[in-house]
Amino acid sequence: MAKLFNEEVQKQLKEILAQTQEKITLVLFTKEGSCPTCSETKQLLEEVTELSDNIDLELKDLERDQSLAKQYGVTLTPSFVILNAKGEYKGVKFNGIPAGHEINSFVSALLEMSGMTPKFQENIVKRIEKINQPVNIKVFVTLGCPHCPGAVQNAHRLAMLNENIEGEMIEAQTFAELSNKFNVSGVPKIVINDKYEFVGNQPIETYLEQIENM
Amino acid sequence: MKLINLNLESTVTSSDFDRVVKWDLLIIGGGPAGLNAALYAKRKGLTCGIISKEIGGQLHNTTDVDNYLGYKLIEGKDLSHQFVNHVNSLEVPIYKDVNVLSIEVMNPDFKISLDDGKVLYSKTLLMATGGMPKKLAVPGEEFYANKGVSYCTTCDAPFFKDKHVIVAGGGNSAAEAILDLSHWAQHITVVHRSQWRADKILLDKIYALNNVTVHLETQLLEVFGEAQMTGVKVFDKTTKQEKTIAAQGLFIEIGNLPKSHLVRDLVQTNPQGEIIVDENQMTSVPGLYAAGDVTQQVFKQIVISAADGAKAALAATQYLNQTYKENSNGEII
Repeated sequence: MAKLFNEEVQKQLKEILAQTQEKITLVLFTKEGSCPTCSETKQLLEEVTELSDNIDLELKDLERDQSLAKQYGVTLTPSFVILNAKGEYKGVKFNGIPAGHEINSFVSALLEMSGMTPKFQENIVKRIEKINQPVNIKVFVTLGCPHCPGAVQNAHRLAMLNENIEGEMIEAQTFAELSNKFNVSGVPKIVINDKYEFVGNQPIETYLEQIENM
Repeated sequence: MKLINLNLESTVTSSDFDRVVKWDLLIIGGGPAGLNAALYAKRKGLTCGIISKEIGGQLHNTTDVDNYLGYKLIEGKDLSHQFVNHVNSLEVPIYKDVNVLSIEVMNPDFKISLDDGKVLYSKTLLMATGGMPKKLAVPGEEFYANKGVSYCTTCDAPFFKDKHVIVAGGGNSAAEAILDLSHWAQHITVVHRSQWRADKILLDKIYALNNVTVHLETQLLEVFGEAQMTGVKVFDKTTKQEKTIAAQGLFIEIGNLPKSHLVRDLVQTNPQGEIIVDENQMTSVPGLYAAGDVTQQVFKQIVISAADGAKAALAATQYLNQTYKENSNGEII
């Protein structure tokens, strides 16, 4: 099978992933039968895993590994989560393949989960820490959207900094039904707790304002 | 579309920016103007850096570029990579994912405050902030934004598979959008208030398509619908009649608004908000330069923005050598 990463991209990714500090684990859920983009996603994760000793991959089946899927709140396929060095789920999830422009939010999540913590102003960090209710952030993307990785990155960063928050990328074309349910016709579209929504690559303050006003 | 669009610059950290106390040239904006300015400035030996929210700038909003000398056809994203790779080879630090909050003129230096709390000082400054999509300013446009109305074809075209969409605009951006959408939409109706401004080579491609209807001299008056947009009202200037066109999508490609808000109170701008520069790209404030789509330069083209960036860098070098005088004690105020 042809590689997804050409030699140049492989080389560049390898250099970037050399910055990972701690071991992380990708847990990918697929299913048998019809599963659009499952094999491509599996291949993408396998190719990434080959480029760094710090990244492990576990392959799971949504039906056979039901209890694990439940633990991570995985209901779609393909879907994967990134676990930290302690094997803990911090709310960082990707539904669908993070290819195209979305490779960038994927690489960023890998680095940040493995110890390259992003810097925020102190008042922002305090506001994130204060959130004490369960928050689910869905970020709908398309792979041709250059503004989308920034939105996904924000959702994942919020998740990494507060246990009550989960951030998930949703590739809108693969999950067309879900996209229709949330009336997605422009991306990035951000939906918080399935109810509050906004669009565009907004600064992290916009997420916080929305969450604080819920 | 490209399978993997790796954007390496996203991982550049701010560490390089902590080492420099005062820069020779700071460039705000990472599109063609900013990147080319960095290339020229660094080669002249200036201590320069780029601050950018999104490296590549508006190159990312276009699928195909076929009018940049040396490239018959290249994806906007790939051209951006080529630019960045070239700049990276000279080790110009790029501070990404950060917004500039304010710029202060401190005669002769500039103080730049960023939204992560950092404050930078520079002897000269280049505004290469580009533009953002202009709105039609018609009723319904705002309400139906992302409910059918879109300003990003590469982002949103897939949602309009087998649907009828309208493209508003008649320049090259509109023409590119029509060609992009022709792979997805069932039918495309073009609504433009005057005559085509797009290149003939693009128009020939559009007229060869069998799913495009063109309404020139037609003003778009209103976007209507229910939860999602269902159509637009237009005024045909030739027949002097209003009519409605049913459509599920509207892509607005009518040009750009300059992102000049940071210096609007500091430098002279024209009524459109574009920064007025002299033949050396200098604004009305000595040491403060502007290049690319943020300036009053009429032809918004990649090659022209890049060239303006080079001019600005060379002019800034000359200014630093000949005109710039540090405060007597050389310290930052």
